[in-house]
Amino acid sequence: MTATTEAKARVPAMEGWFSIDENQPHLIGTQCTSCKSYFFPKETFFCRNPRCSGDEFDEVELSRTGKIWSYTTNHYQPPAPYMAPDPFVPYTIAAVALDIEGMVVLGQVASGVDPDELSSGMEVELVVEKLYEDDENEFMVWKWRPIAASSQPNTPPKGDN
Amino acid sequence: MSNDVAILGVGMHKWGKWGKNFVEYGVKACLDALKDAGIEWTDVDFVSGADTVRNGYPGYVAGATFAQALGWTGARVASSYAACASGATGMNAARAQILAGMADVALVIGADTTPKGFLAPTSGDRPDDPDWLRFRLLGAANPTYFGLYARRRMELYGATEKDFAKVKVKNAAHGFKNSYARYNKKFTEEEVLNSPMVSDPLRLFEICATSDGAAAVVLTSMDFARKHTANPIKIAAISTVTPTYPNTVIEMPNFATDSSAVVGLPDAPFRDSIAKAAYEEAGLGPEDLDLAEVYDLSSALELDWYENIGLCKEGEAERLLNDGETTMGGRVPVNPSGGLACFGEAVPAQAISQVCELTWQLRGAAGERQVKGAKVGLTVNQGLFGHGSSVIVTK
Repeated sequence: MTATTEAKARVPAMEGWFSIDENQPHLIGTQCTSCKSYFFPKETFFCRNPRCSGDEFDEVELSRTGKIWSYTTNHYQPPAPYMAPDPFVPYTIAAVALDIEGMVVLGQVASGVDPDELSSGMEVELVVEKLYEDDENEFMVWKWRPIAASSQPNTPPKGDN
Repeated sequence: MSNDVAILGVGMHKWGKWGKNFVEYGVKACLDALKDAGIEWTDVDFVSGADTVRNGYPGYVAGATFAQALGWTGARVASSYAACASGATGMNAARAQILAGMADVALVIGADTTPKGFLAPTSGDRPDDPDWLRFRLLGAANPTYFGLYARRRMELYGATEKDFAKVKVKNAAHGFKNSYARYNKKFTEEEVLNSPMVSDPLRLFEICATSDGAAAVVLTSMDFARKHTANPIKIAAISTVTPTYPNTVIEMPNFATDSSAVVGLPDAPFRDSIAKAAYEEAGLGPEDLDLAEVYDLSSALELDWYENIGLCKEGEAERLLNDGETTMGGRVPVNPSGGLACFGEAVPAQAISQVCELTWQLRGAAGERQVKGAKVGLTVNQGLFGHGSSVIVTK
């Protein structure tokens, strides 16, 4: 498992939703050119603000830091299409409030973070980690990691669980 | 009060895991509701089906499915899907027909057969469907969202796991002798707190199961009802509102909320706005309620609903619970039926079953779980993707 990991290509599990830049990954949303409202995932054909009829959008990088709104750890394996590792490993999901965009965005919490250390209001930043893999690719997804944790040695996500 | 319609009959099939065709459950509920109303199937001139998406094509066209099962009569028919709010949408379709003078007698029916375990998205490779994507990219099954709301209550208002367990204990006691409930078992706080963790801080006994079940109501014009009964129970309001942009609370199946950066926060968050629209339509307020049936998808979510329907201010739900105000015998019992805690969720039947319970309560026919002197009740519920559902029932 781990021996072949190095050779695999890292591709986004969902094309166009986020950049997988190692140092500064961003979620990619859109902003209505008329009313300036933000959207994630991208809105591309008609503005969802009911008092705006904008139909042009700029692609924008969303703030890569925010504050935890809430969080939960899943102890049961969810059904497909979730690609769970075998054996299943519990994982934490955080809802994170982005100040500038005025929105809350979900994401798994980075591996190795102890959920007992999390709290509402805690500052987190966006990272990318492997979600699952096949024979050729590692499929990457965005995750949230406490900013305090990032000052520690940056251990890459493990190839197996 | 010219916008009232009567609830002339109600009927249910017991909730459970029977593994039979959903149509069988639904027909039983329909026959009970017709008998309760004292009318014949051939008297029905509008059939309103609440759809199920888990039982193939017959589930997508539930109105016609049940019309055929009961015997084609040439009645007008509609089928509605609004996830958990499908029953309310079905009742609203029937009410609109009656109030428009296009029908006198409507039968509304919702029934489901559900698979074991987590409700899963439609299968196949569906990257354009946010309901599929939230499982793929996040592993966010429904309890994830319930866990987020529960943790938020702990962080903001100091709610405890014990508070959440108490909701389950209360509802289990309420539904203990409800012959339509799937689970007739009392729980202790300790049993709840010892059940396996699912989506922290919520445990297995605090998250609603999926069930088979069916519920039906016969709705009629007030004139028709008065020919059959002196004091018909009435529907005073049905709220089926959408959120107002921007919807700033994260909700199933979404990855993100709307943005309030430019537009600012709405007057009322979505869940508050659901009951608010019902109150406005009925000309009533939370102070008028004698009881409520709220959608306790999780124990902690019931506490959110107390605040959303105005039983108390934000952050006070735990106090309301601990003071016994929402327990049988309290100021405003919540989920006297036992709620989803005792039923589990049979999606299209659920909003209809809430109305069945209120009808029995307002008739004074709820037996051992009777809320004394009940005159006004409210149901509230919410369907995936933004379907509000709240019904106010009065004497």
